[in-house]
Amino acid sequence: MSVVLNEPGLAVEGEPVRSRGGFVWRTVRRRPSATVGATLLLLVLLGAGLAPWVAPYPLHQQVGPVFGHPSWSHPLGLDDGGIDMVTLLMWGARISLVVGFAATLVSMLIGGSIGLLAGYFGGRTDVVLMRITDYFLVIPDVPLMIVVAAIWGPSLFHIVIVIGILLWTSTARVIRAQVKSVRERVYVKRARSLGAGHTRILVRHVVPQVAPLLIANTVLTIAVAIFDETALSFLGLGDPSRTSLGKIIENAFQRAAISSGAWWAIVPPGALVAVIILGCSLLGGALEDALNPRLRVAHLSARTFRLRPLVGRSAESI
Amino acid sequence: MSALLELVDLHVWFELDGGRELHAVRGVSLSIERGERLGLVGESGCGKTTTALSILGLLPPNASVSGRVLLDGVDVLAGGEETIRQRRWVDVAIVFQGAMNALNPVRTIGSQIVEALELHQLAKGAAARRRAAELLEQVGIPGDRAERFPHELSGGMRQRAAIAMALSCNPRVLIADEPTTALDVMVQAQILELLDALSRDFGLALILVTHDLPVVAQLCDRGAVMYAGEIVETAGVEALYHTPRHPYTRLLFAATPDLDGARSDIASIPGAPPRLDRPLQGCPFLPRCDSAFAPCATLRPELRVVGDAHAAACHLNGVPALTEA
Amino acid sequence: MSENGHRPVLEVEDLVVRYPVARGLVGTVLGRPRRAVHAVEGVTVRVRAGELVALVGESGCGKTTTAQAVLRMVEPDGGTIRFEGRDITKLGVRELRPLRRRIQMVYQDPYESLDPRLRVRATVEEPLVIHGLGGSKREREQLVRDALERVELAPAELYLDRFPHELSGGQRQRVAIAAAIVLEPRLLVADEPVSMLDVSVRAGVLQLFDRLREGGLGLLMITHDLSTAARFADRIAVMYLGRIVEEGPASEVIANAQHPYTKALLSVVPRRDPRERTRPQILRGETPDAVRIPPGCRFHPRCPIAIAECREVDPELTRPAAARSPAQRAACIRV
Repeated sequence: MSVVLNEPGLAVEGEPVRSRGGFVWRTVRRRPSATVGATLLLLVLLGAGLAPWVAPYPLHQQVGPVFGHPSWSHPLGLDDGGIDMVTLLMWGARISLVVGFAATLVSMLIGGSIGLLAGYFGGRTDVVLMRITDYFLVIPDVPLMIVVAAIWGPSLFHIVIVIGILLWTSTARVIRAQVKSVRERVYVKRARSLGAGHTRILVRHVVPQVAPLLIANTVLTIAVAIFDETALSFLGLGDPSRTSLGKIIENAFQRAAISSGAWWAIVPPGALVAVIILGCSLLGGALEDALNPRLRVAHLSARTFRLRPLVGRSAESI
Repeated sequence: MSALLELVDLHVWFELDGGRELHAVRGVSLSIERGERLGLVGESGCGKTTTALSILGLLPPNASVSGRVLLDGVDVLAGGEETIRQRRWVDVAIVFQGAMNALNPVRTIGSQIVEALELHQLAKGAAARRRAAELLEQVGIPGDRAERFPHELSGGMRQRAAIAMALSCNPRVLIADEPTTALDVMVQAQILELLDALSRDFGLALILVTHDLPVVAQLCDRGAVMYAGEIVETAGVEALYHTPRHPYTRLLFAATPDLDGARSDIASIPGAPPRLDRPLQGCPFLPRCDSAFAPCATLRPELRVVGDAHAAACHLNGVPALTEA
Repeated sequence: MSENGHRPVLEVEDLVVRYPVARGLVGTVLGRPRRAVHAVEGVTVRVRAGELVALVGESGCGKTTTAQAVLRMVEPDGGTIRFEGRDITKLGVRELRPLRRRIQMVYQDPYESLDPRLRVRATVEEPLVIHGLGGSKREREQLVRDALERVELAPAELYLDRFPHELSGGQRQRVAIAAAIVLEPRLLVADEPVSMLDVSVRAGVLQLFDRLREGGLGLLMITHDLSTAARFADRIAVMYLGRIVEEGPASEVIANAQHPYTKALLSVVPRRDPRERTRPQILRGETPDAVRIPPGCRFHPRCPIAIAECREVDPELTRPAAARSPAQRAACIRV
């Protein structure tokens, strides 16, 4: 009998609040590919991170013959210097991951900023920035690295910069597209008509919308960065003083591991790189998928709706 | 003679995340005769579009249905996809909500109609093209526009093209879901005039699904008002306006501004429709009703005849005697 | 309540807004003339304190562009816009900023006009923060609560911490209005404020506007819905292809329309009462695009009472002979 004077009815209660960090966690929980990817990465990160304390043998000490066979005490055998492979891999992964993350960071900062500015301001800024992006897109990586190594000498720092410079372009494009679409949203226009400055709008309204995509893109970029680093090291362009996974493979290659039959010197490091890349791809791919508006494939697929037996009186009425 | 199309106790459930279910359509029964114009009216979430889609069996995979959809006395739902497919477009066709924006952008409108004809094996090649041009003419699109792409046409023209496509297989029932919602009032008038003419000239039965009461008042013969997945009142359009027998109908008219009643008071209906993912107790309109009384909280009103071709689901028309347990 | 007596809050005079149409490479090379979309071609409209003026018309008539020009979201190519007596047509971004407090806009789509990541409290507070008003956090919260109560979202506690997706369309629109009025503007520009809301909810929001107007707020409402304008507006201006073709007190424009376009529009609006089936005067074809405006009277190709002279003369807004109110005007040489 009472007439409600306003509209207290809340449309839906108990829907999860969308927060940024939560987005990654929820995707990992919900999607199997993300779970697998995240688990793989976590294992590798733990192994590499805890290497100084957990590695079974010291890194630079010969503990057996050259290319010693795998045994109980050395599950993956020994390399060309008699060093335990498991130890070597753990330390090598450290370097590879460090380079991968650092290069990705460089690339994210450059690409994210350029994408943000180009997408938000549009016009001349957009044209100029995209033109620059196009130029960077066509630079070939290996020749660039050779040139850099020749002129400034190969070092970890140079590798990070080179990879970072090569990878930012796709991020810039992706972020730019997203920013352009967010910019047209009514609430952004509303903020502008309220008199909000550009900084406020970018920080408060645009970046939070773009952040999940940036995270997804970052994870995928790490995969590429690590691959690039491995490839460059394998070609001998890496830092000779640091042993990344790529360098391990290169060493084994140079020291005739294959003809000696010492598969354990080549396959495990390669497999480990593959695992890292796989983990990143699975997780990054799942994150990206989670961001796409769910296209209801076969929305009107008539084939699959189900018939229930005739309900006499519906259960809810008395 | 039996009705052309009849819905008997239709229920539709949608599966939601987390094992919950949304009971979107709760026992809808309708019938429509040859050449009749029925308006299915209600606000967002009332289940009118879902009801319309069920007639054609066009529900998503997470839907389950019970009840009967009788076309010429034959239950098309029970027969499954095969039965429906034969009838779809040939006996019953639909112009979807926003159809004018869903035309294939890379094909001319003429070729899209030809495609419909060929798919249903009604005509091929040159004969199909002639028929397509004929259909376009019927809906008021001059023949030379058949070779245009959707983006070259205005909104009104695209809507006409969508109607032409729906008519391509000479259906006997045309369902139009919000056919004029996104259109200007003058174009809306043109489209309504077209639907009126088609229904008169070809004996086409029309089911107009809309939230716009005045459109139903002007175009349809009968109206069925839906609320929370049920039909709460059905009557001839004049009776619906002048002698509504359900508070929601009355309040909905009262909330609709009208040119003629210009400065008279209009009032919104406080509150919001109930959630359909939970079981409902009593009358679903109770929280918003201005005439609720004792039985409304516990007894769900059934749709009962209250006059000449007039039925309403409201205890104000009489509470049924409680039957023996 | 308006300090300057009867001085209008908003005066738009002879507003012109044109959008250039790209010529493309071929066009430039071949020296084709530059064309433009004549979105608004000389519009004059005034809004007084406490008044609701409805700009009515079909899509492409220029009503939305006019609203955007008033807010300077779009740059005018001609004419003047005066707000509270001050010419704001050419003001730069910095001078405009304080004015943005006093003119606010409410948008059509309640599902898009709120940032989905911000709670209601943050959304309504944002204007205060942007303009540095409200002193401490506590004072701002009080202003936010007041605004929410004024839009009838009461008690405010129930809504402060909600996210937009937890609210219905009508509630979201009220939040957007709260965010607009928290700065105590003098003018509210509402672009189809209720067209995306359910019918049962519209009246509530429009009556809210009525109440806000009692406090002296002026409202410029853009709508295509003549029935809503008839009920809620004080004055109606009907636009066609960038011009106002008829204007006057709402009751007069509805009951005693003079311009043939207005008459045609009114005749095709469906009525609630099935017995009131009017004789619709359905105009053929559709509104021509605003790039090629017909010569003379822009309505003459579709006008049911056009004569030869209509092709040559572009009529001004004048008082029609059959008008009952001195304030009614129509741009037609035959009335």
